[in-house]
Formats: sequence, C-alpha cells, structure tokens
Amino acid sequence: MRSLIDIQELSVSEIDELIAVANDIIDNPSKYSEKCKGKILATLFFEPSTRTRLSFESAMFNLGGNVLGFSEAQSSSSAKGESVADTIRTVGYYADIIAMRHPKEGAPMVASMNTDIPVINAGDGGHNHPTQTLTDLLTIHREKGRFDNLTIGFCGDLKFGRTVHSLIGAMSRYKNVKFVLISPEELKVPEYIKQTELEAKNLEYVETTSLENAMPELDILYMTRVQRERLFNEQDYIRLKDSYILTPQKLETAKSDLTIMHPLPRVNEISVAVDKDPRACYFRQVNNGKFIRMALIMKLLEVK
Amino acid sequence: MIIGQIKDGIVLDHITAGLGMTLYNFLGLDKLDCQVALIKNAESVKMGKKDIIKIDKVIDLDFDALGYVDPGVTVNIIKDGKLAKRQSIDIPERIENIIKCKNPRCITTVEQGLNHIFVLSDKENRVYRCLYCESKAK
Repeated sequence: MRSLIDIQELSVSEIDELIAVANDIIDNPSKYSEKCKGKILATLFFEPSTRTRLSFESAMFNLGGNVLGFSEAQSSSSAKGESVADTIRTVGYYADIIAMRHPKEGAPMVASMNTDIPVINAGDGGHNHPTQTLTDLLTIHREKGRFDNLTIGFCGDLKFGRTVHSLIGAMSRYKNVKFVLISPEELKVPEYIKQTELEAKNLEYVETTSLENAMPELDILYMTRVQRERLFNEQDYIRLKDSYILTPQKLETAKSDLTIMHPLPRVNEISVAVDKDPRACYFRQVNNGKFIRMALIMKLLEVK
Repeated sequence: MIIGQIKDGIVLDHITAGLGMTLYNFLGLDKLDCQVALIKNAESVKMGKKDIIKIDKVIDLDFDALGYVDPGVTVNIIKDGKLAKRQSIDIPERIENIIKCKNPRCITTVEQGLNHIFVLSDKENRVYRCLYCESKAK
C-alpha cells in the first residue's frame, strides 16, 4: 500500500482530489462518520506535538476508526535503543496505517521500507511535513479560491522550517506564483530548495530581510517561528527569535484581503492583537488540518 | 620512471590528476596482497596530466565507486599481457555504502543496518543527495 513521505509524491490532480474530498467532509461530515470503521491508526510520535498528533487522532475518530500509539520517544522501546525498523515491523501487526513523527530526517522513509501498511510522515526533523503542506494548501484554496496568480511571502526561519520548504515545493507547481522570502541572513532558504524548486522552474522569487518592504504586495503571508530545537546553541536562538514580530501596525500597509497563515505553534512572532484581524486565518488553518488528514487517511487506506 | 607490464590484471587509466589516491582508498586497494602501482601526474596527450593505477591481479571492481569518484576513468582488463577488454565508466544514478551522510540529523547516523544510499540529483554538477534526508554528499 502507498505511503506519503514527501508532498512531491502527490500529483497536482491527487492534491485537487484530496482538497475536493476535504471540502465535502466539511460540508457533509456525517457522510464520512463510518468510513474507517474497524480500522486502526497508529500515531507514533518520537517528538512532542500538539496539533499534528491530535489532528490525526481526531481525524481517525471522525472517520469511525480507532487510534493507538505513543506521544514521546520515552514511552516507547526506542528509549531502550530499539531501531525504527524494528518498531515499525511490530506496529505493522497492530494497525492499518501509521502516522509518524521523528526528530531524525528520513526516519518515516525507513519506516515505510519496513512495513506493508501505509506510513504518513507527520514531520521528520527539519526535513518534510507533507500533511502540514496539505493543510496549508486546503487553507489557501478555501481562503483564496485558487492556487495560481498569487504572491506568497514566507517570513521567519526559512532555513530549518520544513513547512516552508514543502509549501514552496507544492506552490511551485502552479502558474504565476511569486515567492517573497523574508528572513535574517542566517535563516535563509537553503540553496538546494531555491535551485530545485524555484530556479530550475524559472519561477520569480525575491529574498529580503525586510517584512515591512515586502508587505504591500503580498496576497498570503506565511509566518514561521524560529525553532529552538533546530538550532545548535541557545545564543543563536536568543539572537534570532525576535527577528520578525507581526503586529497590527505592520499590517497597516497590507492588502485588505491578505491571508495570514502560520503552521503553529507560535511563540511571539505574531502578536496576539493580530488574532482579532479577520485576515488572520491560522486557527482556521488548524481546523482544516483535521479534514485534509481525514481525506488522506481514506485515500491511503483506499476507502471509498 | 619505468613500471613493469602486468600479465593478468587491471589498469585504471585517465584518472583525473590528483584523484588517484582517493580512488585507491575508495576501492580498498590497500587491502590487496598483490602488486599495486599508483602513478601520479603521468603525461597525457588528452588530459595534460593524469593518474594511473595498475593492479597485478584481476579483481572485482566497484564500478559505482569508480563512477562516483571519477567518471572519466577507463578500465583496461589485461590477460596474458594483452588488452582483453576496455571499459569506460558512467556516472552512477545511485550509490550504496560508498559514502556516509554527514548530516547529524539524518536517520543514517543512528539507525543500525541501514544502507547508506545516495541518488544523483544533478548530473551536470555531479551532485548526489542522501536518499533519506536529501542532504548533499560532501
């Protein structure tokens, strides 16, 4: 059965199909309430998470299925030194589908190589987070009604921000999308992402350190936090964490229909005063995450 | 400088000057008990300078390692003192257990028994990336 490790494994038409199903789930939730009856989702979280794990669990419950798993490595045998391969071979006997988060990059791929049941990458270190990207795409679709002809600004930690890398890759497949990459010098988008996703496809992008200068032209502003757990030392974190803080004042020059997104959790990069702004849609984004995961679970379990 | 002819063995020719020792190590030639000659900076009409390795025995070569280190190499198989076969090397699309991923966040740094696999992502610039974490090979 098929797994989902990287968003690029899904074609544009498959993403369209998932978004259509998610929208139908939002409109007709009762139609889907028993679609996965008798199926078990294993949520294997070797790294802490609030939204992603609960969203997967809520998605499976809303499909009528059951959930088992663990929420930190310390409560699994990996604390005793068990390999990913052995853990997955074991879980493969207990569940029908796995959602896995792991601090090591590539761990979900290793998992998918060691089981016949589908593995969903729920985040592997600073590498990929395809279901966040699907959540982001559903949100863009619901807020903007389209994926093409958009100027999307990414702001904050663009070096380690896996959600940013995945979303750049996904949005690079649509027409006339302009990318504005706003970050401190130390946290710029890695060269290989720019080369493979933007330059190789002749897509327009600019890099800047100024959020204020970029603001007026943006249709979407995708904020990210500086991730303490990805930096090697505390001094770097303290120096970089306050680089960009979105406030109502900074939004004064923004378009009236700007869409403000954030994968959450936030620390202080979006002032709570912005939450009341109707353009702030990061909590609607959280809600969308559950519906797109429901659509994905059904697709990978081949449930009609 | 004269290095004697070999009767049965392999001559690795057209090695980019300076890469002979790297290739010697990648191919594990230090573990052989036969004669092995590494000639550095030999004159070459085509290349100006080149390195050459002569192995006085026919061994199984890791062609992926050869292609990864220096895809311009020519492999000459010598039998009874004569050239029996000449083979050029392609850049391998995928290499296994030849190099290790240097990314400290990669799963290969902790998972035992995992093959270290790299795939060619940019043929023109010969860029390989780790299959698992996509980090560039260094």
